[in-house]
Amino acid sequence: MSPLDAFRIALRAIFANRLRSALTSLGLIIGVSSVIVLIAVGQGTQRGVTDQIRGLGTDLIFIESSAEATTSQTGALAGLEQSTLVQGDAAAIAADGIPGVVAVAARVAVDAQAVAGANNVGAQIVSTSSGYAEVRDLAIRSGSFITPLQDEDGALVAVLGARVADTLYEGLDPIGQEVRLSFVGGRITLGFVVIGVLEEQGGASEANDQVFVPLSGTAGRLRFLYTPAGDLRVTQIDVQTASGADQQRVKEDVTELLLLLHETPEPDFVIQSQDDLISAATEVSNTLSILLGSIAGISLLVGGIGVMNIMLVSVTERTREIGIRRAVGATAGDIVKQFVTEALTLSLFGGIVGIAIGVGTSFALDGRELGGQEMTTLIQPWSIAMAFLVAAGVGFASGSYPAYRATTVDPIAALRNE
Amino acid sequence: MIRLQDVTRVYSTGETAVHALAGVNLEIGGGEFVAIMGQSGSGKSTLMNIIGLLDRPSSGGYAFGGRDVSQLSEDARARLRGSAFGFVFQSYNLLPRMTALEQVELPLIYQGAADRKRRAAQALVRVGLQDRITHLPTELSGGEQQRVAIARSLVVNPLVLLADEPTGALDTATEHELMTLLSELVDQQGLTVVLVTHEAEVAAYARRTVRMRDGRIVEDSGAPLVAAAPDGPAQ
Repeated sequence: MSPLDAFRIALRAIFANRLRSALTSLGLIIGVSSVIVLIAVGQGTQRGVTDQIRGLGTDLIFIESSAEATTSQTGALAGLEQSTLVQGDAAAIAADGIPGVVAVAARVAVDAQAVAGANNVGAQIVSTSSGYAEVRDLAIRSGSFITPLQDEDGALVAVLGARVADTLYEGLDPIGQEVRLSFVGGRITLGFVVIGVLEEQGGASEANDQVFVPLSGTAGRLRFLYTPAGDLRVTQIDVQTASGADQQRVKEDVTELLLLLHETPEPDFVIQSQDDLISAATEVSNTLSILLGSIAGISLLVGGIGVMNIMLVSVTERTREIGIRRAVGATAGDIVKQFVTEALTLSLFGGIVGIAIGVGTSFALDGRELGGQEMTTLIQPWSIAMAFLVAAGVGFASGSYPAYRATTVDPIAALRNE
Repeated sequence: MIRLQDVTRVYSTGETAVHALAGVNLEIGGGEFVAIMGQSGSGKSTLMNIIGLLDRPSSGGYAFGGRDVSQLSEDARARLRGSAFGFVFQSYNLLPRMTALEQVELPLIYQGAADRKRRAAQALVRVGLQDRITHLPTELSGGEQQRVAIARSLVVNPLVLLADEPTGALDTATEHELMTLLSELVDQQGLTVVLVTHEAEVAAYARRTVRMRDGRIVEDSGAPLVAAAPDGPAQ
């Protein structure tokens, strides 16, 4: 029997039981499409996170206090009081002459409400210095960033992130206007003059929702942020390294310096390079991908069991047909070929439709808002190949045993059975 | 053409062994029309299954066309069965949802034969069903279904046609038409037909009658006369 004949016989049997065949394939369709979609979501998330970390700037090393609590609208300053990092640390790193260090910027980030006229918006207030725009690759749409002079003066000036500016001023030019920033649930409010607006930052950049003010001008006015020794506490210090510099080396040198300054044998801060963050995020999302893929894999397995179940039922129902085929000259091999081909056809049909649905769904999900988060999906060719091979394997495996059972049918008994 | 020597067939059902055939010697020559008669349980169907290579003797020898076929492998028996034997059963054994033409094509698929549609159509013409080629079994009368089954067994140009109670489900008029068709195939085309039946009227169409009881041949109306020569002398 030629493979084409086997395929024709399989199609005939599949179409003879359309509903049953469709339901059997459905198990595999769901399995294959969910493998593809979930892997695409996992990999898309990974790329989103990686892009976000890259978007922070280039060749950065971040230092944060290990004592710092998570910031929230009202608890922000309380967490900051625990910070062991001070402005002096940043100055020391800059002055120490560690090879590879290009720029250092300390910052205090607190959540606040920004108010202009009748409009207001929640924003993160980043108190920092003039070097921050360069360290973080922030481009200016209009006006200018904080100048070194304003750093020193402690001027009450503000640079707005693109979304903050658009919400507060609705298309009007904000330069020269006043913006009021309200901290700690409104207990402290300060007025600032807008001197610049940032370009809209790509991707999921947080800079769009931030307001930048000189460190000495704002945090400098909040006495409780100072240590007993009179140094200003900061939440984070960013160190920019020369491109191609050995970041590991820079990290070690900075750690050594800070341990010395803090007079402690164990670090009371966390120091991470962008690469560290990317690999940590990649590890997390790879684990997520594997987890999602395994869950989908289980549904694929269940689909395969469905195919085998139906093939076994089919063999039992078609005892008489098998007997007739044997009587007109079909060998045991022909019978095996028939049932394996049928299971393979069902599975591959399910696999191909599943791939189409999986790829279609992944495309449809890409860029959609889901629970306030923008979804990114990244279809992996290997996941398609894997899903297809698994579907074929499932078809072959789940067809083989029923096919073997079919060859044990006694043609005489089958033909007598009326 | 067919020579069985001391053939037995024992079925073991649990502890008791049933001797369906208890030493059968039978020789059938080419072009014979033989009826095997007997009560149910006499072993006549078992005999037919062994002749048609659907079943294997427990002991004894079976030579087909001068060649020992009792030791053939399962696949070799399937191939020989497909090319040399045609089967016709009481219950027609047609596949549902297949047209008459497709039913008749079936044996050719397993032979890997070319020109299948034309040969299948010719076989349907031979049994007088030229107007029923695209009909499904449910659209055919009992007699017509049995003709499709005969066409299916003839399409491979078999040497032997084995018919197990072929008219059991048919009325007398249809039975006559069908038996006449079989007689014509023997007379005009030299086909060998072995017919299993328990009805004397049906057996009467055959030229030779073999009676069986308890797994043995108890009466044989005639040893082979015509074509025994190529297989050696008659017993």
